[in-house]
Amino acid sequence: MLPTPDTSHVSFDTIYEPSEDSYLFLDTLASASESQWLSDRFQTGTSPDLASSAVPLVVEAGTGSGVVLGFVAAQSQKIFGRQDILTLGTDVNRNACMATRETVSRAISAEQQSSEATALKTIHISSLTGDLCSPLRPGSVDVLLFNPPYVPTDELPRLPTASENDPTSLKGMSSSARFDQDSYFLSLTYAGGADGMETTNRLLDAIPGILSDRGVAYVLLCKQNQPEAVKEQIRGWGGWDAETVGSSGMQAGWEKLVIVRIWRSQKP
Amino acid sequence: MKVITANFVTCAVKECKTTATSFPLHFHDAELELQEVDFQPEFIRNVIPRIDWEGLRTTANELGFPSLPETKPEGDALTNEQTLKDLHRLLLETQVMEGKLVCGTCGHAYAIKEGIANFLLPSHLV
Repeated sequence: MLPTPDTSHVSFDTIYEPSEDSYLFLDTLASASESQWLSDRFQTGTSPDLASSAVPLVVEAGTGSGVVLGFVAAQSQKIFGRQDILTLGTDVNRNACMATRETVSRAISAEQQSSEATALKTIHISSLTGDLCSPLRPGSVDVLLFNPPYVPTDELPRLPTASENDPTSLKGMSSSARFDQDSYFLSLTYAGGADGMETTNRLLDAIPGILSDRGVAYVLLCKQNQPEAVKEQIRGWGGWDAETVGSSGMQAGWEKLVIVRIWRSQKP
Repeated sequence: MKVITANFVTCAVKECKTTATSFPLHFHDAELELQEVDFQPEFIRNVIPRIDWEGLRTTANELGFPSLPETKPEGDALTNEQTLKDLHRLLLETQVMEGKLVCGTCGHAYAIKEGIANFLLPSHLV
């Protein structure tokens, strides 16, 4: 059993608290079959060319507490077969960015202290406040992780503006205004609009542009998101494949939550 | 944010992404902080293939670092410990705590506060 990152420093007033979906993410990435697949793709020394030894950039969109990215950073040897990855997180909530930075660096140092034999070199390069992958350079991401706001809701909450995330804007705010703002930020963590897919669809649209040639994305879906239809849609892009690689318990014959791996099946 | 981040980000405005001047974003009024990280030669050696060298040269200049070699170190140059140490310091140990990242195309400035850059756009740019 690999350790779950410590999130005791995180205040969950505006940040999603690690739950069943987060843990499904950890279990899936660390599963024997998935870590084998990822190690085959990213392990150093499997090919003489320099490009394969290049450090992978692992990005999580919407990090929340940072529990998933922290886990991946600390367990990079187990998951990717290498001790050196770069991690970067984005979130529309500045508080989540602060929390993630702390969670990931704690997870890395805890792992470094616990294992003397292996020298973990992974580095968290930054947490950025931003919408999904919008700050990133096209073709730069090797591994993209996304645990979306997937709950179907009548309305999709709007994105926050830069000024709403300005730490000085909270000063002088009444407690009821503060409560409303906290509820708004929390709604962004789960409310997915029509079919719970409005935000996920925007991320899927960005995948072919943002992933590198060796890139792979992991996206969590619930059954109302219609995972089978989503996978069919991805296979229709041409040169891309999608497969369910993790799932949580069955409910009335349906898997409640699944994790889909999306990758280039052909070189571009 | 570590300086290496500047090599992976660009303007969040969609129309800017395809323009050459949107990368790298330009640091303005940057306040730097040094955070020691263990020097691991093989790590930095594996980071180098990921780097857009021209972009990094621009960034290093703007932050007041000594000029980087004109071309990316390759072959024997990758065994030069001083070269690797300099890059380690610039890319992984130097943090930008305050300042702005400015797009060379649209001129939008992304604020950096307490080491976190804000790439959310004002409503007129979305």
